[in-house]
Amino acid sequence: MNIPIYLDNNATTPMDPRVLEAMLPYFNEKFGNAASRNHPFGWVAEEGVDYAREQVAKLIGASDKEIIFTSGATESDNLAIKGVFEMYKDKGNHIITTVTEHKAVLDACKHVEKLGGKVTYLPVKEDGLVDLAVLEQAMTADTILVSIMYGNNEIGVIQPIKEISAIAHKYGALFMTDAVQAVGKIPVDVNADGIDLLALSAHKIYGPKGVGALYVRRKGPRVKVTAQMDGGGHERGMRSGTLNVPGIVGLGKACELCGLEMESEAKRLSVLRDKLQKELTVLEESYINGNVEHRLPHVANISFKYVEGEGLMMAMKDLAVSSGSACTSASLEPSYVLKSLGLSDDLAHSSIRFGLGRFTTEEEVDYAIKVTKEAVTHLRELSPLWEMFKEGIDLNSIEWAEH
Amino acid sequence: MAYSDKVIDHYTNPRNVGTLDKSSHKVGTGLVGAPECGDVMRLQIQVDDNNVITDAKFKTFGCGSAIASSSLATEWLKGKSIDDAMKIDNMDIVEELALPPVKIHCSVLAEDAIKAAINDFRVKNGLEPIASEKVHH
Repeated sequence: MNIPIYLDNNATTPMDPRVLEAMLPYFNEKFGNAASRNHPFGWVAEEGVDYAREQVAKLIGASDKEIIFTSGATESDNLAIKGVFEMYKDKGNHIITTVTEHKAVLDACKHVEKLGGKVTYLPVKEDGLVDLAVLEQAMTADTILVSIMYGNNEIGVIQPIKEISAIAHKYGALFMTDAVQAVGKIPVDVNADGIDLLALSAHKIYGPKGVGALYVRRKGPRVKVTAQMDGGGHERGMRSGTLNVPGIVGLGKACELCGLEMESEAKRLSVLRDKLQKELTVLEESYINGNVEHRLPHVANISFKYVEGEGLMMAMKDLAVSSGSACTSASLEPSYVLKSLGLSDDLAHSSIRFGLGRFTTEEEVDYAIKVTKEAVTHLRELSPLWEMFKEGIDLNSIEWAEH
Repeated sequence: MAYSDKVIDHYTNPRNVGTLDKSSHKVGTGLVGAPECGDVMRLQIQVDDNNVITDAKFKTFGCGSAIASSSLATEWLKGKSIDDAMKIDNMDIVEELALPPVKIHCSVLAEDAIKAAINDFRVKNGLEPIASEKVHH
């Protein structure tokens, strides 16, 4: 067992050695430009890209012509939202999204607002799920796009995608989903789920960083996005720029492996995650954030009341995890996702996200349980809030000097 | 962000963790910060008849730098007169612990806790609280 233990697989994943192996030839002997039509160097590179396109398409039930390669999910989100807004501006100018989206979606929407678009940021319920009735109420004749993430990066909740897309389509809008955390972890099918645009990333599924894809539906309806990068007209004119052939080959291989192993892997990880969660919620005053029924199999976000997340992470230095506390930022604002669930600031500050992955072992999970329990206990001994809680003092009755 | 060795040392082996009898007139208690902001410090001092701090204890809810700042403060307070304790400046803590700019607020909080504890002691003993004129960085 190697220390520190990596339990931050929602941030990024280590590359699978099989992916690396598939990529290596494309750095040197197969170095050609996939757009070079006149010689074998280009043909070989193009072949690699075409094969990867099929591998990616297969994982999400799409056809290869519907896959646009990008530099990652941030670019895919931007291309989808800004591209749809530009392409469909004659039809309407309203976009609906949620407050718990990734910043790439939220900030692309803010950009659209600057261009004169209208954006509705839907709240979520306490468990992190979208209220379908609230979504339906927000739909208007001007709504051109509904963009709601598949699985949340911080708490792992899975949105009711089929129901959401049905509502979007009922009102004639397109449905886009940032599926970065869901693709390769749970079954995602663009047809069964009614998805018109979907963003995914390689590095969250044991592939390389710097490459991702945008799925753009071609049939029923045929969806178009206005290119956000001008140039040589690559990727059916939607994304210019010489293709990152090794990266794309890696993304393809990563998708293939997920397709093959996802089912057994999801079961294995949910058993480990449930063990971690069960053991850690034995600790007094610990709470799971987000819906536990509709949740990605590898994520658990837990708040340990009366200890602060960053201090806790320091005590858990043998574990690489993530905290909802943002004590390092000047604003001291805790996670906006956790706050959207209605968590008080102090509970949001007390949260830790555990993200298990393909290379996580049971031994590592057991160690993580032990380290976390010790850290929480240690910090509670140091915590004046814990002492007050134990003495039965209501913390809300104290007049805190906010600073 | 890497923590300095001194922060790690205080964090791993915090000095003077605990609670003094806050009802005693020889004990001053300062409780500063707020749970919503991610840090709360409680610092207590025990003062003898010569106005010398004979004991100091703390408990802190916060990040490593906040815990280290309060732990260091208790170390510095012990053996100091009340007057000298009032002179402890947050920048002394920043320097000693090599705190980065984003963690300066932890040292400010520690200084506030010291002053709050001293004032609590003063008020308990019929003295005026000392107003802090300092503008923090």
